[in-house]
Amino acid sequence: MGRYIIRRILWGIAMLFIVSAVVFLIFYVLPSADPAVLRAGRNAGPQQIAEIRHSLGLDKPIYAQYVTYMGQVFLHFNFGFSYQYNVPVRQLIFSRLPATVWLVTGAVIIWLGIGLSVGIISAIRRRSLIDRASMTGSLALISAPVFWLGLVSLYLFADDIGVWKIFPGQGSYAAASTFPQKFASMILPWLVLAAATSAVYARYMRASMIDTMSEDYIRTARAKGLPERTVIRRHAVRSAITPIVTLVGLDVGTLLAGNAILTETVFNIPGVGRLLYNAINVSDLTTIQGITLFGAFFIVFFNLVVDIGYAYLDPRVRYS
Amino acid sequence: MSEPLLQVEDLRVRFSTEDGVVHAVDGISYTVDIGQTLGIVGESGSGKSVSSLTMLGLTRSQGADIEGRILFGGRDLVALPDAELRKIRGNEIAMIFQDPLSSLHPFYKVGVQLTEAVHAHRNVSKSQARARAVELLDLVGIPDPKRRVDQFPHEFSGGMRQRVMIAMALANEPKLLIADEPTTALDVTVQAQILALLDDLQSRLGMAIIIITHDLGVVAEITDQIAVMYAGRIVERAPTQAIFGSPQHPYTWGLLKSIPRLDSPRGEELVPISGRPPSLIKRPSGCHFHPRCPYVRDEHKRIDPRLEPVTGDPGHAVACLLSSELRSRIWHGLTLGESSATLRHLVVEDEHPVRAHAVPRVSEDGPV
Repeated sequence: MGRYIIRRILWGIAMLFIVSAVVFLIFYVLPSADPAVLRAGRNAGPQQIAEIRHSLGLDKPIYAQYVTYMGQVFLHFNFGFSYQYNVPVRQLIFSRLPATVWLVTGAVIIWLGIGLSVGIISAIRRRSLIDRASMTGSLALISAPVFWLGLVSLYLFADDIGVWKIFPGQGSYAAASTFPQKFASMILPWLVLAAATSAVYARYMRASMIDTMSEDYIRTARAKGLPERTVIRRHAVRSAITPIVTLVGLDVGTLLAGNAILTETVFNIPGVGRLLYNAINVSDLTTIQGITLFGAFFIVFFNLVVDIGYAYLDPRVRYS
Repeated sequence: MSEPLLQVEDLRVRFSTEDGVVHAVDGISYTVDIGQTLGIVGESGSGKSVSSLTMLGLTRSQGADIEGRILFGGRDLVALPDAELRKIRGNEIAMIFQDPLSSLHPFYKVGVQLTEAVHAHRNVSKSQARARAVELLDLVGIPDPKRRVDQFPHEFSGGMRQRVMIAMALANEPKLLIADEPTTALDVTVQAQILALLDDLQSRLGMAIIIITHDLGVVAEITDQIAVMYAGRIVERAPTQAIFGSPQHPYTWGLLKSIPRLDSPRGEELVPISGRPPSLIKRPSGCHFHPRCPYVRDEHKRIDPRLEPVTGDPGHAVACLLSSELRSRIWHGLTLGESSATLRHLVVEDEHPVRAHAVPRVSEDGPV
């Protein structure tokens, strides 16, 4: 087990190096325009650009730039300076991270709760009315784009423009100061972000459960005389849920990395995704680059968590 | 005479599928006495597994349409509600399966799976259940059971896994153990060990056993009775010695001729049964075996034979339209090493005794 974890960690670090190299290529080598101009933002003067070129070492050869860049990223944890916001990118991301973590955490709880239970029930009551209804419903939710769903939910339920003024609407998170206010402001974003994902999870869990229910060891569990409830919970769900763990890790990683961009933009939540959206709008290359690297870190990190979690769940992985 | 432990009466199991109704089990009857061993033999798709799974109610969830009676200890298992049947499963009737690796849950330690079986029917403490698990592993001949009880199934070898399955089945000292192809997935040497273990456990614990197999060789040593199944029916049922000594059904002959025997004449070749098992959705007319039977006559394609006692041997039943005198002549010929093609003339002569020399061709597209 120890060796397995060490191997996974080393592999994760190697992945980070590779991703950083690719990011360097994309942001320093490939752009056809002057990288210094791109980093300076739209309103920079020639002197500022020259300064940036010098401070980033862009006047040095590529390999020297690479060494500087990697040294800054891995040794100093420095992702550069955003001239747009006039703060270091790291500080910028950290200031935006809490909102994104808050959004993603709530959404994960909702989509796991709904997705897994709907999936399990559909699998057990296969071909029943409830199965068909939930599978049709999930197809509809998967097909609905997040920005559309977000706008519709605001139109229907937001307390300012909504038909039924129930939940706090756009921008309410930034305005909220107390915990209950922050919580209430997240209800719509949570539901919107969780909607499509819980539909995907419901379908995935259903398929996984149906596979598992036809396993020989389920027949054994029944032949032992275990109550059907125990057969499903202890034997079937336990196995069927294992592949889902992989999915959760990846989804959480990508969402924290800015993949909640649509939800955050529609609801005007000052998170990492919203930051990325703004940065793209104003061509703030350093920030985009920083978020990309940060995202890579999250994805690699959660992949590692998934691998270790998998070993914990499946003893066959642990011992091989 | 005392009541038999298990009495299956005219059991029928059908499954509705998109392609049509599958007649998996089509009116089978047999009995098993206390402490007796019955072998159910047949090819895959002959309904042998379905009939036993039905006994435990394990085909109910698959939408099986079940008729007939399965009397066990005065109760009809077919009519019993799910909750009642669950109390019998793993308690009075236990079952082991073909592939011990896939039959054990890969995520749980062997000890956990064993204690689960104990807890399902007994109200005992954790430590008592664990002690029982160790005792069971010891009983089935697993060395160092105290250590092995905390291992996962993938840490056991194939034969040891099947021993674990047997231990699990014995957890509540069942009166009947159903072993569905218990040795098929194992090496030949391990097969013999598992069969010897079953035999030994039976003599020590006094339970009845039903062994389901496609291999007559497997059941030869340890069964008292054998039922041969074909296309969802029992085509021959007799004490083991009679099945091997004077088999009556052409299908049984085929099974016997396709297994190697030490006492067969030197140089004799093994003869496979030609053709394939029939579809259980569109079954052949008349005798279901007729498309594969070397001794078929035209009327066999119309008349459906019934399982009837063999003349002079009430314990031996067969469902075959050939006369018993003809059957014994053919089997005699087969034991002498003659091929079924040469023995076919006996059938033809019997059919047309007058024109013995002018042999008419049996046309495939003749009247059916």
